[in-house]
Amino acid sequence: MTTANINTKTRSPLSERLDLIISPIFAVALAILGIAVWVYSDLDKITIAILSPEKIQRQLGETLILGLTSSLLVILISVPVGILVTRKGYPRLKSLLVNTLGLGQALPAYGLIVIFFSFMGSGIVTVILALAAFSLLPVLRNTIVGLEQVDKSVIDAARGMGLTARQILLKIELPLAVEVILAGIRTAVVINVGFSALAFLVGGGGLGETINSGLKLDRGPAILIGAVMVAILALVFDFLSALAQKYLKPKGL
Amino acid sequence: MSNVLIRLENVSKSYGAGSEPAVRNLTLEVMRGEVLVLVGPSGCGKSTTLRLINRLIEPTSGRMFIDGEDVTDANPSELRRKIGYVIQQVGLFPHRTIAENIATVPMLLGWKKDKIAARVDELLELVSMDPEIYRDRYPKELSGGQAQRIGVARALAADPDVLLMDEPFGAIDPITRDRLQNEFLRLQQELKKTIVFVTHDIDEAIKMGNRIAILREGSEIAQLDTPEAILSHPADEFVESFLGSGAILKGLTLKKVSDIELHQVPTLTSPVMREDALKTLQESVDQVALLLDANGKPLRWIDERALNRTTQPIEKSGRPVTVDLQPEDTLQDALTVMLQSSVGMACVTDRKGKYLGCTTIESLAKLIMSDG
Repeated sequence: MTTANINTKTRSPLSERLDLIISPIFAVALAILGIAVWVYSDLDKITIAILSPEKIQRQLGETLILGLTSSLLVILISVPVGILVTRKGYPRLKSLLVNTLGLGQALPAYGLIVIFFSFMGSGIVTVILALAAFSLLPVLRNTIVGLEQVDKSVIDAARGMGLTARQILLKIELPLAVEVILAGIRTAVVINVGFSALAFLVGGGGLGETINSGLKLDRGPAILIGAVMVAILALVFDFLSALAQKYLKPKGL
Repeated sequence: MSNVLIRLENVSKSYGAGSEPAVRNLTLEVMRGEVLVLVGPSGCGKSTTLRLINRLIEPTSGRMFIDGEDVTDANPSELRRKIGYVIQQVGLFPHRTIAENIATVPMLLGWKKDKIAARVDELLELVSMDPEIYRDRYPKELSGGQAQRIGVARALAADPDVLLMDEPFGAIDPITRDRLQNEFLRLQQELKKTIVFVTHDIDEAIKMGNRIAILREGSEIAQLDTPEAILSHPADEFVESFLGSGAILKGLTLKKVSDIELHQVPTLTSPVMREDALKTLQESVDQVALLLDANGKPLRWIDERALNRTTQPIEKSGRPVTVDLQPEDTLQDALTVMLQSSVGMACVTDRKGKYLGCTTIESLAKLIMSDG
């Protein structure tokens, strides 16, 4: 008894395809806006000085370092902790963590940076830690949710066949949770790249400097171009994360 | 080599002090090569008992032996790799292909790649699924019945002696369930595994089991015996009420058409003249004759009224024979066909469709009476 003709090529749902299109569209639109401003407005010497290639290049580098290091830190903390609290015997720790970290996110990022500054002084490390604290929750929460939504009967079957707890985690639970965990990481990366614009507040550098200079010296085009660059950067990382989500997700799901 | 393959000795499982134990002091022996069905109302502890055997649940007290070896303290993962496990929800790994799913235990045991690939194809054939089509598919592409076939194949992959099945066909539609049960019985005739099978459905228990353990609360054995013995001599009121009304009817599923004496009605072979047909009918004690085609396949029931009423050719008079029985069908099937038939009889044919005889209500009643 065989039933053939099962449709094996299912098209990915609309939402998933849009996911990969929307951020590039916005990024390109913003880039056009930025270039238009650069080309068509009267740029005085001060504006040109603010937007000098060396400065922008350095600030871009700093923004990348801030965004990526804090994201990496978040992953290194949240994913293992999420795994730990979803093991048997930690239900209390789990609700405690999710609730306290929820409070952490209720604070504005600005406030967190200032709090970290008052304890640690200025510098890039302060910013990285503040950003990490701010974006721990989405990754932790998604790690927990991702692991808990794995079908219990799949785990029961795996145990029943003699997979060890470690094999079940590595071969069954994590692959089945990877998509949800990556969604959390994506949120964190976008938050971190976006909020790294605030790093200049405590001497952490980044593209926020350009915006700040523009504000202080009342140079509209500089503000706009700085903001556009931050937004494009965040959109690029959103797109890269969407790609990772699409291609790291196991087949068959 | 002892005949007892699995032995639970005074096994109990309780969840915390104060609560009633799920399993209370159970001693149970499973014989090599038998299908032992654990059946009982929900909450009686039958699934817990099953899961004690592969130590998915650790007993609070008692010992467990498999093949004479005390496995109460064995490494649970290693123990489970030697025991097939099939559950109602199947639990296929959705991110792995059918082949990878089936290969799970062989991979854990470190088999060589080509040996695994050959075994996967062999098992797919065994559960009647074409390896070429299904090997590289993913579980979401399967229907419920197909998924459970793969579930069974996966449990059989490393050729375990023991198979534990927890309501394996419980979530499958009745028609597919019936087919899977039959296939499973055929498979078991070939494989002769030792199987512990949990169900809440007494009809399934009667159909699948060599022996049935009817359990009441706390996994206490109310009766443990062959289906025939339980149906004819229920141990107490609990068993009786669990069997429900119609134990005799349930007993019919255990017997085959080949168990009763077939009645021979007069037959006519097409083409036949009306006068000859009438003569045959008048000479017979039966009110009806059976028209066969040239190959002996039953076509229509012909009686005198049908012959007289119409001027149509004989091949179009009387009532058509819609369903044939075969000797290996159950008497329950036979009863159903007889009740639906206009003449109160059912034709029995061999595999090629050739007429062998008829079952009658009388012959069925005689068999039931003789069983007492």
